[in-house]
Amino acid sequence: MDPMCPIGNARTLQARDKMSRQTRSTILTHLERLEAEAIHIMREVVAQAEKPVMLYSVGKDSAVMLHLARKAFYPSPPPFPLLHVDTTWKFKDMYALRDKMARESGMELLVYQNPEAAERGINPFDHGPLHTDMWKTEGLKQALDLHGFDAAFGGARRDEEKSRAKERIFSFRTASHGWDPKNQRPELWNLYNARKNKGESIRVFPISNWTELDIWQYIQLNAVPIVPLYFAALRPTFEWEGQLFMADDIDRLTRVLGRTPEITERSIRFRTLGCFPLTGAVESTAQTLSEVIQETLLTTTSERQGRVIDKDAGGAGMEKKKQEGYF
Amino acid sequence: MRDPVYQTEALIAEDIDAYLETHQHKSMLRFITCGSVDDGKSTLIGRLLYDSKMIFEDQLAALESDSKKVGTQGGEIDFALLVDGLAAEREQGITIDVAYRFFNTEKRKFIVADCPGHEQYTRNMITGASTADLAVILIDARKGVLVQTRRHSYLCHLIGIRNIVLAVNKMDLVDYDQAVFDEIVKDYAAFAQSIGIESFTAMPISGFRGDNITALSANTPWYDGPTLIDHLETVEVLASVDLDRPFRMPVQWVNRPNLDFRGFSGLIATGSVKPGDEIRVLPSGKTSIVSRIVTLDGDLDEAVAGQSVTVCLTDEIDCSRGDVIAAAANPPEAADQFEATLVWLNDDPMVVGRAYWLKLGSQTVSVTVQQPKYAVNVNSMEHLAVKTLDLNAIGVAEIITDRPIVFEPYADNRALGGFILIDKLSNATVAAGMLHFSLRRAQNVHWQPTDLTREDHARMKNQTPKVLWFTGLSGAGKSTIANEVEKRLALMNRHTFLLDGDNVRHGLNKDLGFTEADRIENIRRVGEVAKLMADAGLIVLTAFISPFRAEREMVRNMLPEGEFVEIFVDTPLEVAEARDVKGLYKKARSGALKNFTGIDSPYEEPLTPEIRIDTGAMTIEEAADYVIRQLLPLK
Repeated sequence: MDPMCPIGNARTLQARDKMSRQTRSTILTHLERLEAEAIHIMREVVAQAEKPVMLYSVGKDSAVMLHLARKAFYPSPPPFPLLHVDTTWKFKDMYALRDKMARESGMELLVYQNPEAAERGINPFDHGPLHTDMWKTEGLKQALDLHGFDAAFGGARRDEEKSRAKERIFSFRTASHGWDPKNQRPELWNLYNARKNKGESIRVFPISNWTELDIWQYIQLNAVPIVPLYFAALRPTFEWEGQLFMADDIDRLTRVLGRTPEITERSIRFRTLGCFPLTGAVESTAQTLSEVIQETLLTTTSERQGRVIDKDAGGAGMEKKKQEGYF
Repeated sequence: MRDPVYQTEALIAEDIDAYLETHQHKSMLRFITCGSVDDGKSTLIGRLLYDSKMIFEDQLAALESDSKKVGTQGGEIDFALLVDGLAAEREQGITIDVAYRFFNTEKRKFIVADCPGHEQYTRNMITGASTADLAVILIDARKGVLVQTRRHSYLCHLIGIRNIVLAVNKMDLVDYDQAVFDEIVKDYAAFAQSIGIESFTAMPISGFRGDNITALSANTPWYDGPTLIDHLETVEVLASVDLDRPFRMPVQWVNRPNLDFRGFSGLIATGSVKPGDEIRVLPSGKTSIVSRIVTLDGDLDEAVAGQSVTVCLTDEIDCSRGDVIAAAANPPEAADQFEATLVWLNDDPMVVGRAYWLKLGSQTVSVTVQQPKYAVNVNSMEHLAVKTLDLNAIGVAEIITDRPIVFEPYADNRALGGFILIDKLSNATVAAGMLHFSLRRAQNVHWQPTDLTREDHARMKNQTPKVLWFTGLSGAGKSTIANEVEKRLALMNRHTFLLDGDNVRHGLNKDLGFTEADRIENIRRVGEVAKLMADAGLIVLTAFISPFRAEREMVRNMLPEGEFVEIFVDTPLEVAEARDVKGLYKKARSGALKNFTGIDSPYEEPLTPEIRIDTGAMTIEEAADYVIRQLLPLK
């Protein structure tokens, strides 16, 4: 019995046709090489680790990573659970797609919310960087420790940020989840050494070598389901600290802000999806994948520009976060 | 608009689908850039990213402000700041680790590994080079071929990079003088030939000014070769070479969702495969036929080198992770002794005779390295006589695996000839290696099958074989307690034999001294003898200081699970030294005896011994009774 629910539509068939034509050409395309590399990495982890897990954030990179996992182990379902480290501040559309994808892939979905952050009512408006620290960094560490996962797949890419560019595909963390950039294991050819000492864990980045454009093109060719927020539509928005945000839950926003923000309907979309108050929207009319890719290619700002997280602590924001245990 | 060279922006704006169609069929080239600190390597990469529009406005704004703050270009844009990603690198203005960068042109996608140039970062450079199709070797036109240039070229050649670009950089600082360029190329050609580089492509460039990067420069009218980008876009990639070789796929994982499906998953290393092809599984040598190549997108008619696939066979033959599926008519060999080049990557030097893990493809085996035949001085290419390999050292040595591995020479097949060594205790990747060939004696010495198995021998003696491994300081009481235990076993009608450290050194191991390497060999031989005796069904007792964890683990791994019983005779140094039955501590303290465990040579205590004897709390007899109780039942 096929454990998968096929995402059967015209688009898939067309994409499938394109991919299989390519396999007969003698030189693999860059996307085929990237796909083969990611699949190889995932199978190595499953063969070598005791208890792997896939971090699933519901964004486009997670979507591609999940699709690659389904390919890597087909016809078996991927032999590890999905872990969503939830901040309770994700967009509604993201929660919906998350549950749907877990069902379709036949994988167990684990959702973890840091109880301390919940109790203290940590939110992005009042607590700034503490929001990321408590919900995401601490939440992730707690979830990994709780379940005893020794290897966690993450959808980070080297083109995203400068310190990511120097991170290994198999990135070792101490028992306290710290990253030591000066003491990384040499990683030669496609030989990955996943042996670790007691208490250590590995973060594995199978799509390290993909760029933003590769991700989009792969989504298009493979009809990978993504959150509709990546496409432009008329949505309720408000401005806060000079950036444009979407009002996904007006009641909650009002409670936290102490006032009702001024809501305007605008045609917007997101280049990257995080917590809804932390991820800035862009005004856009791109409603199809082609248009989204077109906009991505012609834009003059980088993808993470809408993310508040990289801007703390000067040029070393991400490196510092990673040393503290951020994935 | 800063994209005068790649006329893609217009196409993206006008017909995105046409652009995507082109982009989708691009191939990929991975290359590394090597050069020393001031050769302008990071500047060149920054330039490539900038010219191919991989730098966005917000990044550019940050770059401009950083350039003014900490830049080295007098306030002008310092591209190096784009690529030096770690805080320590930006502060010190040097590249420490390999950084991976990405850009596209109209014809290809590129992954650049930016590698540091200092000799102390040789391991980082080897890492970056291991996945590269091409190397760009940068030379500062004002300085010519330097020691670093030679080292980088040698390393690239060693790791098997066939496409070498000699980029003579900073031509703007020598007034674009052709004579300077020609002289450097002549020097380099002589050197390249001496180390076996068959060909290279030289070009005069300026990463800072952009000369001959994307367009031929008016400043060098005398140069009529390709621009750097032209060359990168058209050079042949490694994958096309792998495709012409016979089919090989190391099995990573067996896919078994239910009783009706059994597939073998792996990345095809070389060649291609179709349903109906006859294959051979190695090392078993069994043959079968490929029935299907299964993917989520439907079965494939053919799969080629570089693809990750799942293959089904027509027969239910034994095949698991570590095996290699190969073309039946043209399979690779298996062997257990090789000559190999090793690049040492760890701060702790190589220990001759110590067992490391060797990982090659999906095979992981235990391996020991012999004393290197020689090491290479990477600056002068001289061969040096050495006893070991230190961090960043490169040498040639024989290696011996504990069971045969499927391989091909590295020169023919990177995937079946390249390996890493892993320290068994720290789990660090300590070396990279490349197999040259197998040693003949491995092929000519076969296992002699015997009709009586080790189980038969054990059954006749009505016991389970064991190796009771007593370890502890000199004078701890190992031999005395082992002797008492053996007497008790004899009374229980058990068949035993006691191997004592001092006694073995009078005979089997009389050629060995007390250096670290000799101590390891001493234990290896004792381990092999104990194993033969256990095969004969005996309960073997050994009393050896055996100070290193790694060697005790090596013996443990020689034996079936559960047969090795580590017994730690735990006597504090002060107590053992106060007893000093043989007067050895006194000699060691006076300096008359070197490498004495506990004095000037370490003793690594067992972390989780099966049995620990606290000699302060038990008499000899109590200790022997305690060991026997722990061993029961003996069947």
